[in-house]
Amino acid sequence: MSTNLASYLAEQQEVVLTDLDVEEPNSGLFIHQDIENDGVALSHPVIIEDKFKMIPEWIEDKCTLCGICQEVCNFHAVIQLGQIIMVFPELCHGCYACSELCPESTLPMVPKKMGELKHFKTGRLNFVESRLIIGEEQAVPLISQTQKYIDEHFDDNTIKIFDSPPGTSCPVIEATKDADFIILITEPTPFGFHDLKLAIETMKELKKDFGVVVNRHGIGNNDVIDYCEKENIPLLAKIPNDRRIAELYSKGQLIYKEVPEVKDELDKIIAHISELKEGGLV
Amino acid sequence: MKEIVVISGKGGTGKTSLTASFAVLGGKDVIVADCDVDAADMHLLMEPDFQDSEDFYSGELAYIKQKACIQCGKCADVCRYDAIPVIDGKYIVDPLSCEGCGYCARVCPTDAIINKDLNVGKWFTSNIKTGSIMVHAKLGIGADNSGKLVAKVKSEAKDIAEDEFKKYIIVDGSPGVGCPVVSSLSGANFVVLVTEPSVSGLHDLKRVFELVHKFNIKAGCIINKSDINKDVTEDIIEFLKKENIVHIANLPYDEDFTKAMTNGQTIVEYSNAHLRELITDSWNKILEIIN
Repeated sequence: MSTNLASYLAEQQEVVLTDLDVEEPNSGLFIHQDIENDGVALSHPVIIEDKFKMIPEWIEDKCTLCGICQEVCNFHAVIQLGQIIMVFPELCHGCYACSELCPESTLPMVPKKMGELKHFKTGRLNFVESRLIIGEEQAVPLISQTQKYIDEHFDDNTIKIFDSPPGTSCPVIEATKDADFIILITEPTPFGFHDLKLAIETMKELKKDFGVVVNRHGIGNNDVIDYCEKENIPLLAKIPNDRRIAELYSKGQLIYKEVPEVKDELDKIIAHISELKEGGLV
Repeated sequence: MKEIVVISGKGGTGKTSLTASFAVLGGKDVIVADCDVDAADMHLLMEPDFQDSEDFYSGELAYIKQKACIQCGKCADVCRYDAIPVIDGKYIVDPLSCEGCGYCARVCPTDAIINKDLNVGKWFTSNIKTGSIMVHAKLGIGADNSGKLVAKVKSEAKDIAEDEFKKYIIVDGSPGVGCPVVSSLSGANFVVLVTEPSVSGLHDLKRVFELVHKFNIKAGCIINKSDINKDVTEDIIEFLKKENIVHIANLPYDEDFTKAMTNGQTIVEYSNAHLRELITDSWNKILEIIN
């Protein structure tokens, strides 16, 4: 949905699509296809940046083994074992407490690569993705650094669309907390309805303005639509249930270019969001 | 006792529908653990009775007692998460940004900051329609530490399985490659990767398998909706061969998956003999591999 929306909007105006699903980023698979179809050779990103998190590194010679570092770490990422201080980078949240409270400054913070950001551009469409290194467990620092990159590189005249990670926990909060409007996509099935209610609860908690798009409209039942009507939640669009769409998606192709009904539904979403002044969408 | 974890990297591949089907096929021999705690859906197909529930606390959240605060700003200075903004002249903790590191409380000269234990959700033990038991959870909205809740669900399931001499635990795993899925995978005997033949399905499969590989766990793969894109299905099969992953089955694109779910049924309980047969064969194949 976000790739279709971004590509379609970019036919008219400056758009940046950012894939914040850093654990499994795959918006790029759809965007690249678009770039190739337009005949613009742009498999090369404009910018590639390594992204780092800061972790403590133990310097043995000055250490008095006082144990303060272990005591102040709430994440058990710094452990004193006999005469050795061990740091577990995957548990470290980069709070600097051990480093700055160490009386002998034996735990300086050093950068550790956690992922990579890539920025592509074709025509009016910018695409930015970040990719977490496998084995790194924390998505949130990479998500927040990616958002910072967008803030620094794009002004308010650019429409900013963010593809959020799934679920309702910390990565989703990080991805959505600064957005002006949230688009929730669901299927009209019991699983879709259940997860949608959790997402709605989350957005209400965050006091976010949001609307719902029903994908695969026609399968399942009417629970999602009845619920939205009852709760006065804007139903932005209904994407029909159509095997052709599943096939196009499977090839990584943009749907709206092939299925006119999808373009009509995207127009409805755009009509709704164009009433919003600011540009940030998720 | 053997532990089977079902994961998919990303949603929409039919992971939960298949896990629930295996739970039905395994019946009383199988303890079910729903570790997709962010979007726990297994209970919609398993008719749980929510017999026992318990709050789950993990991590801390800073709280500033305004009466004791002298507005020195040291807490905000040391906070790396920008979690202590000044609102109407007061230093206030933003609970959504606070990581609970406790650094602010340590530098506060007037001890105005306390760390509160954080309730991140609830976990349940339920009797389910298969005649067995399911351990499941509901993560609090926006809660951190879902990896720890996953670990809790798994360890409870393991305890029950051992107490009741069950043969198998089947785990509905979390999406992604981060901490919840790392927790889902730890201690597993076999991983079932559920994928679909789309460019994104293959991409996610490769990333999540990289993680499985790090854990050195034996893996098998089910390609759902395999007829949607035969070319990508071929690519997936090639990937499986190269990585020594057991190709368990191809399942067709079939809207009966959704129809069964809408009835609150697993696909093996629904009247689709062909799918029932394919999934039963898959389950038997998995049992053969792990035994």
